[in-house]
Amino acid sequence: MKQDINKAEQYWHRNLQIIFSYLVVWFVVSFGFGIIFVEELNQFNIFGFKLGYWFANQGSILVFCLLTVAYAIRMGRLDSEFDVHE
Amino acid sequence: MSLEQLTYMFVVGSFCIYIAIAFWSRASSTQEFYVAGGGVTPLANGMATAADWMSAASFISLAGIVSFAGYDASGFIMGWTGGYVLLALLLAPYLRKFGKFTVPDFVGDRYYSSVARVVAVVCVLFISFTYISGQMRGTGIVFSRFLQVEIDTGVMIGMAVVFVYAVLGGMKGITYTQVAQYCVMIFAFTVPALFLTFSMTGHLLPQTGLGATLSNGQPVLDHLDALVTELGFASFTEGSKSKMDMFFITASLMFGTAGLPHVIVRFFTVPRVRDARISAAWALVFISLLYSTIPAVAAFGRINLIETVNGADNTGTPYEEMPQWFKKWENAGLIAWYDHNADGRTQYAAGDAFTGRQHKPIYWGAAEDKVARNFYFNQRHVVNPSSGEFDPQVQPFANEIYVDPDIMVLANPEIAELPDWVIALIAAGAMAAALSTAAGLLLVIATSVSHDLIKKTIRPQITDKQELLVARVAAMVAILIAGYLGMNPPDYVAAVVALAFGLACASFFPAIIMGIFYQRMNKYGAISGMLVGLITTICYIAYFKFMGGEQEDWLLGVSPEGFGALGMVLNFIVAYLVSHLTPEPPKHIQNIVQNIRVPRNTGSAYY
Repeated sequence: MKQDINKAEQYWHRNLQIIFSYLVVWFVVSFGFGIIFVEELNQFNIFGFKLGYWFANQGSILVFCLLTVAYAIRMGRLDSEFDVHE
Repeated sequence: MSLEQLTYMFVVGSFCIYIAIAFWSRASSTQEFYVAGGGVTPLANGMATAADWMSAASFISLAGIVSFAGYDASGFIMGWTGGYVLLALLLAPYLRKFGKFTVPDFVGDRYYSSVARVVAVVCVLFISFTYISGQMRGTGIVFSRFLQVEIDTGVMIGMAVVFVYAVLGGMKGITYTQVAQYCVMIFAFTVPALFLTFSMTGHLLPQTGLGATLSNGQPVLDHLDALVTELGFASFTEGSKSKMDMFFITASLMFGTAGLPHVIVRFFTVPRVRDARISAAWALVFISLLYSTIPAVAAFGRINLIETVNGADNTGTPYEEMPQWFKKWENAGLIAWYDHNADGRTQYAAGDAFTGRQHKPIYWGAAEDKVARNFYFNQRHVVNPSSGEFDPQVQPFANEIYVDPDIMVLANPEIAELPDWVIALIAAGAMAAALSTAAGLLLVIATSVSHDLIKKTIRPQITDKQELLVARVAAMVAILIAGYLGMNPPDYVAAVVALAFGLACASFFPAIIMGIFYQRMNKYGAISGMLVGLITTICYIAYFKFMGGEQEDWLLGVSPEGFGALGMVLNFIVAYLVSHLTPEPPKHIQNIVQNIRVPRNTGSAYY
């Protein structure tokens, strides 16, 4: 029983770490690249886009999709690892 | 076949499909009515969520807004997609594990308080009715633009269709019709966009075509920036809003998206926790297919508009030579022209061509009325032209054109000279977008009345059958109210939508997040946090939107649209402080919190 509680805590701790690292990426691409540093990034031009503009209108969406897909896969693995999968 | 016949065929055909699906998957228990029996596959739920989320506004208006506001509108694009990252990581899996029917259900149970539940119900009803009146209006507008019926008649047809499949089918019926509606929508939006991109750049994908070069050898966005700045507009790819304001508007839209009850409830319909994660990912992918196309449609549309109106040499096009679509939408009142410099040529530049509220043209006489047309160049007679003054340092001529932003999607296929069936498809797509969102919202309204208010608060002894009946009656009443609001829209629809997002952001999002991630949070903290968030947000928006507050007085330069994010921060702070001054929640509540954090043993949704 004691062991179960420890395990649940470990699982939750790992989950929080994963969530935190993903949210850092989420924040950096949208609020960071798309808003705060947009002028600086707009100095660069890649494939016909100003980089800051691209992040605000296309890049952030792409990264968001990758994040959610990656999270679903990552957590699926974590669930099996801790034997809490359904 | 004429365009009108084709449009009728597509619209009526799609309606028949929706109703047939609803009949085939009608609900027979409250569980099926509320959460489709909890057996929807992640892929289907992802599609249904996407259709639920993308409203008439996303489908018709967003591209137009981006087209005219450029970078400044990117808060909508990031906000309305980024919110799904929050949903997928922070909300969907745990709410699914919790296994209830509604958002007030979670708030009421987690905070062991019927006060919290009723506060949540009030927020749900307010947010949902705000939203749904816009959707009903949307169906009416689509009918009137494509099929030349009165807006009110269109609203009534929309009500009848939603009535059949939402009341009969419940969540189960809605889910499978939304899957069909998503397919119609995405096809209708992307096909014209693909054609448009290909014809202008030779690229197939709108997402890469936006960075490609035009036939004149210039990159699309450079060309557009040069075009608009020459005419006195702000640059397309750079912002004119303050950074602080952009930040908060984007944050409000993002956190607001994650707090909208009709979106959250969709994740209660899948069987397992991992399905909730997967279906959130699918939903975002499906939504992104449409949203990532929008900047391209917006940019190409703007270039086309400018070059058509101002001509190749940028001196204006003689009115007689304007293409057919210009005159058609002029008759519909979405485009107007007033010849300020009396040269018989249309010219488009910065500034307002008309005066008055929203600078919309006010016509004199009916569209077909030949006498009502000024015989001078045959322009439609308007009674409120602006002075036509302009600064020659900034732009070459005065603006003579009014353009409704909706044009960018509605007229795109015509501007690109696509076949009639593509135009008919846009009508069916716009209708699908409006109906799917309306149905999802109706269900949330019906559920929170029958389940949270009647069953859980007022009369707990009613049976499952009676509750189902109450839910259906509530849905019917809600449709009538929504229809009324659709026919008599309040003047301030746009302002109220800001309020809906602000409230979702300042009330639900923090309450749910803390309910999951902060075990120590008790009912005192949660309720006081929600109330502080709600009241400050309502007051701020009411003061600056309805009581004539001035822009100079904005707190930290944050517009009312962005205040929800500040309200959310206040909510978090107040809730944290209050919860530390009051007793911790009872043991069984803390056990619930422990339990929702672990995926195993997900039951189906229960009471």
